[in-house]
Amino acid sequence: MTYLFSMLVEGGSIGAVYALVALGIVVVYKSSSVVNFAQPSLLMLGTYVVASAHSLHGLPFWLALSLGVAVTAALAVLIDRVLISRFRKTNAVVAASIMTIGLDIVLVTETDRRIGSQILTTGDPWGNDVTRFLGIGVAEARIAALVIGVLLLVLFQLWLHRSDFGVAMRATAEDPETASLMGIRLGRVSATAWGIAGALAVCAGLFLVAYPSPGLDTSVEAVALRALPAAIIGGLDSTAGAIAGGLLVGLSEVLVRGYAEQLAFLGRGFEDAAPYVLMLVVLLARPSGLFGHREAVRV
Amino acid sequence: MSDLNLSGTTVSGLSPSGTVASGPSVPSVPGSAVKGGAGPAPGARWRRPVAALGAGVILFAIPLYADRFWLNLGAFAFAAAVGAIGLMILLGRVGQLSLAHSFFLAVGAYGYIWLASPASESTWGLGLPTLPAAVIAVVLAGLAGLAFSPLAGRLKGIYLGVASLALVFIGQHVLFTAEPLTGGYNGREVPPLTVGAFQVLGSEPGLSLFGVPLRQAERMWYTALIVLILATVFAVLVLRSRVGRAFAAIRDGEVHAAALGVRVAHYRSVAFTLSSVYAGIAGVLLALLFQRVVPEYWDLMLSLEYLAMVVIGGQASVAGAVAGAVFVSSLPLLLQRYSDLVPGMSATSDFGPAYVAQILYGTLVVAILFYEPKGLAEVARRARRALGGRAASTPR
Repeated sequence: MTYLFSMLVEGGSIGAVYALVALGIVVVYKSSSVVNFAQPSLLMLGTYVVASAHSLHGLPFWLALSLGVAVTAALAVLIDRVLISRFRKTNAVVAASIMTIGLDIVLVTETDRRIGSQILTTGDPWGNDVTRFLGIGVAEARIAALVIGVLLLVLFQLWLHRSDFGVAMRATAEDPETASLMGIRLGRVSATAWGIAGALAVCAGLFLVAYPSPGLDTSVEAVALRALPAAIIGGLDSTAGAIAGGLLVGLSEVLVRGYAEQLAFLGRGFEDAAPYVLMLVVLLARPSGLFGHREAVRV
Repeated sequence: MSDLNLSGTTVSGLSPSGTVASGPSVPSVPGSAVKGGAGPAPGARWRRPVAALGAGVILFAIPLYADRFWLNLGAFAFAAAVGAIGLMILLGRVGQLSLAHSFFLAVGAYGYIWLASPASESTWGLGLPTLPAAVIAVVLAGLAGLAFSPLAGRLKGIYLGVASLALVFIGQHVLFTAEPLTGGYNGREVPPLTVGAFQVLGSEPGLSLFGVPLRQAERMWYTALIVLILATVFAVLVLRSRVGRAFAAIRDGEVHAAALGVRVAHYRSVAFTLSSVYAGIAGVLLALLFQRVVPEYWDLMLSLEYLAMVVIGGQASVAGAVAGAVFVSSLPLLLQRYSDLVPGMSATSDFGPAYVAQILYGTLVVAILFYEPKGLAEVARRARRALGGRAASTPR
């Protein structure tokens, strides 16, 4: 029972991290109907900036983090302004999404080259400490991930529902044409969404490479990619869905790893495939994801 | 969108030239596409067949002059081109994105290995004759694609792209864990293709053409080339048929197509199955060419390479897909061979050929979508027009 509980805490905390990345994908999708396949590479790049600023250039953690967030958000906005905005007029969303795949290849290849065989740490303040919590040992970084992840998700929801800009963003998601006629500047909404996605990616990346994972190496990309099934499971156009999807992906991964002995018939390392199996099952039952809206067809 | 007008304009939207008007708001006069060409110049109708024949003769003559390296390069490029045509049909003609191409390539490759290898105590195998094994392996890949049709039919565009990611990761998991099938990390030998005593990709019995002995490299080139030609012809025929028009109708307007009576979900899964059959053929060919395959090869990056081939080629053109495939699959090999000539690009440095190749085609995908979404196909069309040809009226 304690074991299951510790698995759930672990899965929940890693799930909150996936939720942050998935939220970035959903926000971009809602504002521009583009699936941002480059989100994992933004995470890699941003985390690399943080990690290299800290461990190669000796910057203090908070400064390195701010730098990483700033650089990644700026790059994401730039990608939107220069590359993606070109497709807005023709509404060629498949082409724009494929372009993000091209971007992903370039960014990941370059980041991988820079990382090489090193394992970089970000020097986060939680270090390798483990706390006792209701009878189980949990890494402090995991608790921080859960708390900060939930905090960011709540803040984002508040911002989306209360602020003027949040209203503008939701209006754009609902009906871009009408929103545009009401004086909402679609380009600005989309650029903001990309910037948020970039910033969220770095925050998530920070926790993906924190203890108990050894640090930033080239294998983190495959982990970050699980944000895509998370976004799809929840429904690409639902921010609540991104959170649910992230948690489900995190839990499925941790539970499958935790009960590997009982699941031995599925083969070793099935936890890497589990989120994707879950995605297929969800899609078979609900083609637009758990919380996604079925696209209304108007003639 | 405006209201559908079922009586007049929409029906003529499917014009006889095989192009489909993009929406009901575009009035299209039957036969306008034919008249718009302003009458082909005398002899123009022979231009394409003659060009194709010329290209064919050149391609068949190359093994008489080129050395092993170039023949290998060509054989792998032709095999990749077969796979790229399959993905092109799905992406360019139906508008469905798939990132699972490497999975279906793997089904073809490992299906062939499983069917054709004799069983031993540590490996599975049926020990069938190799030619039927190759055919059944392709059928297996098609069945795998068909099995995915509950999703391939219902999901559209990018949604299918993300969903199909699942197949790559599940496939990778199976390949690494099912050791009796795949040999695990170390990979598994591929039984050579033989018909009776004739080694299709070997050197026995000896053959020669105009005094040039046809050994392994030459036979690989010819086999891959013949398969590619058959695959190309079949693709062109399918795309010109009723099925091809249904594909285009779905791509250009799903609702419109459904209103015309096109069964959207059905044709989407047909396209997905067709593309997995093409992937299966390419997979069998690649396995035969590699002679030993490792699970690592069939990963997500391979899917992205095929996507790059299709995008670079222009997404909707058979010839473009072939050109894109030749480019993407030859690039790393060429860079490898000539890396010594470029300072700082040797295989041991940070900027190795693999790095340069990935950066190059990643950038190229972005650049092509940015500047010329119709890719190499459109560049070629412009070049032909500039040279005075009348390529503009050819139906896409």
